Amino acid sequence: MTLLKRGLTRRRVMQTGMAGIIGAGVAPIMFTRGAWAQEDFCNNPTGDTVTIGLNLPLTGAYAEEGADEQKAYELAIAHLNGEGDGGLLNVLAPSALKGNGILGKKVGYVSSDSQTKSDVARAGATRMIERDGAIMITGGSSSGEAIAVQGLCQEKGIIFMAGLTHSNDTTGKDKRRYGFRHFFNAYQSGIALGPVLGQEYGADRRAYHLTADYTWGWTQEESIKAATEALGWETVAAVRTPLGSTDYSQYLTPILNSGADVLILNHYGLDMVNSLPQAVQFGLRDRQANGKQFQIVTPLVSELMAKGAGEAMQGVFGTSNWHWNLQDPGSIAFTKSFGAAYGSPPSQAAHTAYVQMLLYADAVERAGTFYPPEVIKALEGHEFDGMGNGKTLYRAEDHQCMKSVLVVQGNEAPTSEFDVLNVVQEVDRETTTYDPSIFGGELGPAEPAPLC
Amino acid sequence: MFEVIFLQFLNGLDKGAAYALIALGLTLVFGTLGVVNFAHGALFMLGAFCAVTVRMFLTMETVTVDPTQLSPWGAPLEIREPLVQAWLGDFGAVLVNYSVPFSILITIPIMLLVGIGLERGIIKHFYKRPHAEQILVTFGLAIVAQEVIKSIFGPNPIPQPMPTDLRGAADIGAWLGMQANVITYPIWRLVYFLFAGVVIGAVFAFLQFTTFGMVVRAGMADRETVGLLGINIDRRFTIMFGLAAVVAGVAGVMYTPLLPPNYHIGMDFLVLSFVVVVVGGMGSLPGAVAAGFLLGILQSFASMNQVKAIFPGIDQIIIYLVAVVILLVRPRGLLGRRGVMEA
Repeated sequence: MTLLKRGLTRRRVMQTGMAGIIGAGVAPIMFTRGAWAQEDFCNNPTGDTVTIGLNLPLTGAYAEEGADEQKAYELAIAHLNGEGDGGLLNVLAPSALKGNGILGKKVGYVSSDSQTKSDVARAGATRMIERDGAIMITGGSSSGEAIAVQGLCQEKGIIFMAGLTHSNDTTGKDKRRYGFRHFFNAYQSGIALGPVLGQEYGADRRAYHLTADYTWGWTQEESIKAATEALGWETVAAVRTPLGSTDYSQYLTPILNSGADVLILNHYGLDMVNSLPQAVQFGLRDRQANGKQFQIVTPLVSELMAKGAGEAMQGVFGTSNWHWNLQDPGSIAFTKSFGAAYGSPPSQAAHTAYVQMLLYADAVERAGTFYPPEVIKALEGHEFDGMGNGKTLYRAEDHQCMKSVLVVQGNEAPTSEFDVLNVVQEVDRETTTYDPSIFGGELGPAEPAPLC
Repeated sequence: MFEVIFLQFLNGLDKGAAYALIALGLTLVFGTLGVVNFAHGALFMLGAFCAVTVRMFLTMETVTVDPTQLSPWGAPLEIREPLVQAWLGDFGAVLVNYSVPFSILITIPIMLLVGIGLERGIIKHFYKRPHAEQILVTFGLAIVAQEVIKSIFGPNPIPQPMPTDLRGAADIGAWLGMQANVITYPIWRLVYFLFAGVVIGAVFAFLQFTTFGMVVRAGMADRETVGLLGINIDRRFTIMFGLAAVVAGVAGVMYTPLLPPNYHIGMDFLVLSFVVVVVGGMGSLPGAVAAGFLLGILQSFASMNQVKAIFPGIDQIIIYLVAVVILLVRPRGLLGRRGVMEA
């Protein structure tokens, strides 16, 4: 009673007790809030394996790129699991990869044929996330697919490492916090290709565009028009062709008497494999127009397309993300590893797929968790080297990789069926870097991480 | 402007030739056997893959692996030597160069056998069944054929080069005494148009001027009466099915340099060809040919920039639009006969 009288009243005991209970119960929750969130996210891998979802166009206009991407993903997964010669794990710098899977979990995969169609790609990605428990989705050889799937991944809280997508919109107006692109874009193609076209064909040219009628075609047309008009070229016409067209005769005949002296084919994959030889069959390259030799330009080109287009590609200029005959240690290591596994050199689609797989795994290792917001933080602003494109930055503002771009030309004297492109110029990262705000768009939030 | 119109007219003839060839085969089958054959596009595709297969054999190589050397991509170096040229010398080189026209000789007997086998094995069991069931079974057959070809040759198109002498463009303007280099057109497309003309002419001549053709025409007009005269009309109709398969097959072979074939190539043409048959008039051979060329030419003109500037997207719908208009004005099609596919 004396004690109580000196200050330790019943009220004081109750207050102290309550404070103790609240302190003991709530404080750990406050300090471990992140840890709780990191346990509770979409497809958190709990066993000893982790599943990656490969969304690949195995049929349709970009099927050949899809097939090559699949080989690259399988090779990357083998290397991550410590199998094979290790490929680019040995040259990626800095690297947290250990060759024992990702965070000690063996990497497995599920795949889906996107058919080069955005709706099918989205449905396939949904299935792999909801049914197969994929922690990350990667792949795609069309910007339409990439934009559709990265939108879905933002909703589901799943990271999307885009494969071959070249539209400005992917990391421009349609960019997403959960989407990342290693491949270059149409704007960078324009920056790299414009000066070479000016040097080769002069400033007084009249260009006619044939453009695949979807997001990638539109942005490439816009970027190449801007680059060539800055040289002083005039754009005679820009005609849209449906994606997956096979017969271009009806689009080619109007060019013959349009007054144009350059045809710019904003086509990719099978579209270009069909349109370029048909343009040559129509005698465009043999023509004289406005007192000049008629020329054809394919702003985005791959060795798979060049191989498919055959002789028609010889001497034609374009740009590429990467080429197997580059002589840096990363390119040599990847070409050797891929060639030994599949008997042919890798395409640029295979390269970007492989690199994306490794970059995701490395980011998870550095983050120490699969929790997507932490992996996103590890990728944003990350600078690395050794992947065949020189020092590369995963820009935080738009999730676009900043790196060198190749200007290529169809080889006029190929020594093998794979020796179809020559690298004319390697345009450095400083030159191809641009202000990320010019394309607008909002990345959106990383947290709270949506629960699928 | 004249040059643009003339070139689009040539394009229309070229497209129309392909439509007409497929529609001709479809109409032959429908007119003789009364079967709506949705597998006809697959026959076009099989013909195209006959050309692919022939070229694969002609370009076979001996491969020697030299383990002491590596290719730039790290695989053991493969030294390849062409086999047919080694055996046949210059003649082998000519065969490889002209592999597409040469394939026609191989394709004709193969497609004849495929057609006869298909009719005897499956189609004949559906003669007395409703058209809907015929469509289902032939569509199923087309899908099976596609999947078989896909599993053997893969999903991607396989380019077939045209003979070197027939590459490039012909200066038609210069031929017609106009300014050079104004009206030029790919030589192979002209070859395809002429080829289609020869095949269509041969089919009509066969039906018009041979006893076999006369019996077939009689059977098409009145099957029962011809049967009552002691003529085995079924056997002749079976051969007509084989002939239709040959027409589709050779059309596919000659189209391969224009469009690298994949397993789906037949289906791309089939839908349009059905529209052509319906517009021409079910069962009418001249109708099918006329509608093929008409729709080909209209589609070409609809693709002109000047037309699309006024009617955006018209090139994508023109065929169906014309089909609707013609069927509203002439419900039996351009040259359709009363009683065909009518209850």
